[in-house]
Amino acid sequence: MNALLAFIKKEFLHIFRDPRSLLIIVGMPIVQIILFGFAITNEITEAHIAVVDPSRDEHTTALTRKILSGKYFILDEYLPSEKQLEQSFLKGKIKVGLVFEPGFSQKLERGEHPQIQIVTDATDPNTATTLYNYIRAITADYALALHPSKATPGGIDIRTRMLYNAQLKGVYFFVPGLITIILMLISAMMSSISLTREKEKGTMEILLVSPLKPVMVIIGKVIPYVFLSLLNGTVILLLGVYVFHVPIRGDLVLLFGEIILFIITSLSLGILISTKVETQQVALLISLMALMLPTIILSGFIFPIENMPLPLQMISNAIPAKWFIIIIKNIMLKGVGMAYIWKQTLVLTGMALFFIVASVKNYKTRLE
Amino acid sequence: MGTISYILQKEFLQIRRNKMIIVMIILMPIIQLIILGNAADYEMKHINLHVIDRDLSTTSRTLVSKFRASSYFSIVNSSFDAEVADRDIRNDAADLIMEIPHGLERDLMRGEQAPISLRVNAINGVKGGLANAYTTQIIQDFNGEWLSDRYPGRAVVLPVGIAWSNWFNPGMNYATFMVPGILVLLITIVGVFLSGINIVREKEMGTIEQINVTPIKKSQFIVGKLFPFLVIALVELTLGLGIGRVIFGIHYVGNVGLIYLFSIVYLIAILGLGLLVSTITETQQQAMFIAWFILMVFILMSGLFTPIESMPRWAQIITDFNPVKYFVEVMRMVLLKGSGMSDISRHFGIMALFGLVTNTLAVWNYRKRV
Amino acid sequence: MREQNDYIVYVKDLTKVFGDFVAVDKINFRVEKGEIFGFLGANGAGKTTAIKMLTGLLAPTSGEAVVAGFDVRREPEKVKYNIGYMSQKFSLYDDLKVSENIRLYAGIYGLSRKEIKRKSKALLEELNMVALRDKLVGELPLGWKQKLAFAVAMIHEPAVVFLDEPTSGVDPITRRQFWEMIYKASVAGTTIFITTHYLDEAEYCTRVSIMVDGVIEALDTPKNLRLKYGADNMQEVFVLLARGEHTLQGKIKKEK
Repeated sequence: MNALLAFIKKEFLHIFRDPRSLLIIVGMPIVQIILFGFAITNEITEAHIAVVDPSRDEHTTALTRKILSGKYFILDEYLPSEKQLEQSFLKGKIKVGLVFEPGFSQKLERGEHPQIQIVTDATDPNTATTLYNYIRAITADYALALHPSKATPGGIDIRTRMLYNAQLKGVYFFVPGLITIILMLISAMMSSISLTREKEKGTMEILLVSPLKPVMVIIGKVIPYVFLSLLNGTVILLLGVYVFHVPIRGDLVLLFGEIILFIITSLSLGILISTKVETQQVALLISLMALMLPTIILSGFIFPIENMPLPLQMISNAIPAKWFIIIIKNIMLKGVGMAYIWKQTLVLTGMALFFIVASVKNYKTRLE
Repeated sequence: MGTISYILQKEFLQIRRNKMIIVMIILMPIIQLIILGNAADYEMKHINLHVIDRDLSTTSRTLVSKFRASSYFSIVNSSFDAEVADRDIRNDAADLIMEIPHGLERDLMRGEQAPISLRVNAINGVKGGLANAYTTQIIQDFNGEWLSDRYPGRAVVLPVGIAWSNWFNPGMNYATFMVPGILVLLITIVGVFLSGINIVREKEMGTIEQINVTPIKKSQFIVGKLFPFLVIALVELTLGLGIGRVIFGIHYVGNVGLIYLFSIVYLIAILGLGLLVSTITETQQQAMFIAWFILMVFILMSGLFTPIESMPRWAQIITDFNPVKYFVEVMRMVLLKGSGMSDISRHFGIMALFGLVTNTLAVWNYRKRV
Repeated sequence: MREQNDYIVYVKDLTKVFGDFVAVDKINFRVEKGEIFGFLGANGAGKTTAIKMLTGLLAPTSGEAVVAGFDVRREPEKVKYNIGYMSQKFSLYDDLKVSENIRLYAGIYGLSRKEIKRKSKALLEELNMVALRDKLVGELPLGWKQKLAFAVAMIHEPAVVFLDEPTSGVDPITRRQFWEMIYKASVAGTTIFITTHYLDEAEYCTRVSIMVDGVIEALDTPKNLRLKYGADNMQEVFVLLARGEHTLQGKIKKEK
């Protein structure tokens, strides 16, 4: 036990003797969560629009004004004809073009159904669809308001309630995801590098000839980073709650319990990586290439898992971050308890156990 | 020039000897491109609907059948119990609950307002918003049809026609949009990391000292370090473009040569940045952390995953200093829209400037003497 | 009065300060062409710092140093063309082959392709390493590595070569071979500037300086030093000086 304590102390010393790395480890997540919390939103606003309006009459100007009055569109310029639209698209100046038929108002007054054409840059299909829907809705509003007298009696009245996130704020979605990503990457990276460094410097051999059991070596390696990551997690949570006003509706103790579980899972994954590789360079490349991108993309952090092809949905099950994101969203935003997350918790526990057992096995084989 | 060729020879030999690195830089990006290209799909096409139909009339059944026919929706469950429906939302089994009250048909016939309530899981605000919009549209269309049947002659249809044309990607294929961007990402990650740990590795190993007592020029050393990674990255680009064409079936509209030209300028810029990181750090670990931080910011603020226009003004200004943003834009503009040199001349200028700054700093910051 | 340039190494009041620590304190010495100059001192006495300044790796805080006719302060890159350097930490590339390491450094020093070929062949023959030319350097035993590093440091026929503890950790037989190489180079006209912890090696030097706490305490031929301090061998001279009570720091050290 004393040996283990001495070992843990040594790990802490490593961390504190390198203030530059420490600053990066603790400071970086804070900067990131603030930066991304404010900057990353998948809501589409301020799309640049070009308008082709040959007649510039009463209705076209009024409708254009209505479209531009919200936060969704910014007028890039009026273009003389549809032909010039292509140039603007090619230069990347606009996302959407709005083309009115000549003599728009006259036709409208005569009840002739004048045409509006919406041209979208479909290289980004999502933005294209969203922008089309915005304009369509605004136009429909405008057009129906022209003839209130003709309205029919009754009809369906739709009453919508947005659950958990009434204002549809982007941060509600991103903050839990960011916590997950940052915890995962920092923990896995830190542990994989710290162990590989011992190998590279030859200090690993000294540990291996010491009476410490491999299990102890691994535990000693993990504990200091558990504390560091927990500190990181807490800071991010505080920022989320006080800066971004993301609520924690569920049980705080349960939340921290799950965070610790996730940190342990990530750290043991990092350790497993380090038992497999020989140089820091490779350890880092694996941590980053094999962890960073899949964690960002396959975990449901940005892209909905249900949209992915089936094989990828299956792969996503192997990514610890996926399970943790579900857990943390459920606790923070839905405010549910263990009854709704026991499955995910079980999966994470299983993963952690697997990583730890595999790591210990690897050390043993090295010794024999 | 002679000296550089010897440094180049050395760097290439070292890369060739390191099997792991070769696997990492060639194989991993290919696999990732294939996987991520398939995964990065933002389109909402699977909205899971829970229906509570308390009316059970012809009208309500017709409405429900409209949802069944839509490709956006799948009705995962139906019940008569709000509690059951809520549990589906909490379990993420359903995204949306549509509750049709008893008496819908009767109210409509009497010309009264008939309420339908929607409850949407809005944790992902955009998805929630879209789900709501799609649902509302179906209900409104149904409403319009129903009313025009009942009151023929009354103008309930829109007095204007709205046509929608999708340019550049009429199939609305999301992979077409994402794959070129992800390729940028992979090239950038490999480039920044390899160059970022390169010099610092020599520092840690002590080999840099032997180089420093030779009369080699600083710029020769930096160029010798930079060039091999440039070649690797271009090989990767070629593989990636091939995958985009063959596996994702993306039709490249523009001039691929222009992409290569821009890539070279871009790579010089970011490799210079990596080398700069390498010169200011003492250990590979530090270099990695810094490189990782820079990359996270670059990637998430590149417009690759989320639109830059939607960011607050200050964040948009930050993205002006993000080389990844420019390359993502160029890739999409040239490959998907067919933009030409004149359309991206500004990007070229900015990137050249960026490269000049990072490489000058790297050369200047690499100290042969302390 | 002889010119500075008559000496291969000319050092006047050379000083290096790190923060408030004076690593090298106004040292003065001159090395003649063709000498084997032993640069001795305990760990931390400032030897490595001094060598780094002479080889242009470290900028001096003050003072003057002229190496092979060039001022290290003003023309460090010109100095580098005329010196060879081998550090205590082995610093050739482990992941390059023997022949590739030779070619790399020969190339950096601007040798022509033909010269590189000729030199590599001669060098490998002299080292008895012809059979090992295609082996990765990382796979060689330390003694071989050190011999190779010395040969590489000499590849461009420098006027002076700086050897920073070249024989540390090497077995006695290899050390002997190493010194044979040093003598050969010296006879051929190269000046040798060497630091070592093995005091028997100091006896092989033409002249020896002993550095204590940043200053040069003694400088003479090994024979004269022994006579002056009434010692039987260099070991005794060194212990006497390195532990010397005539400096303040020495006293503090002793009291502890």
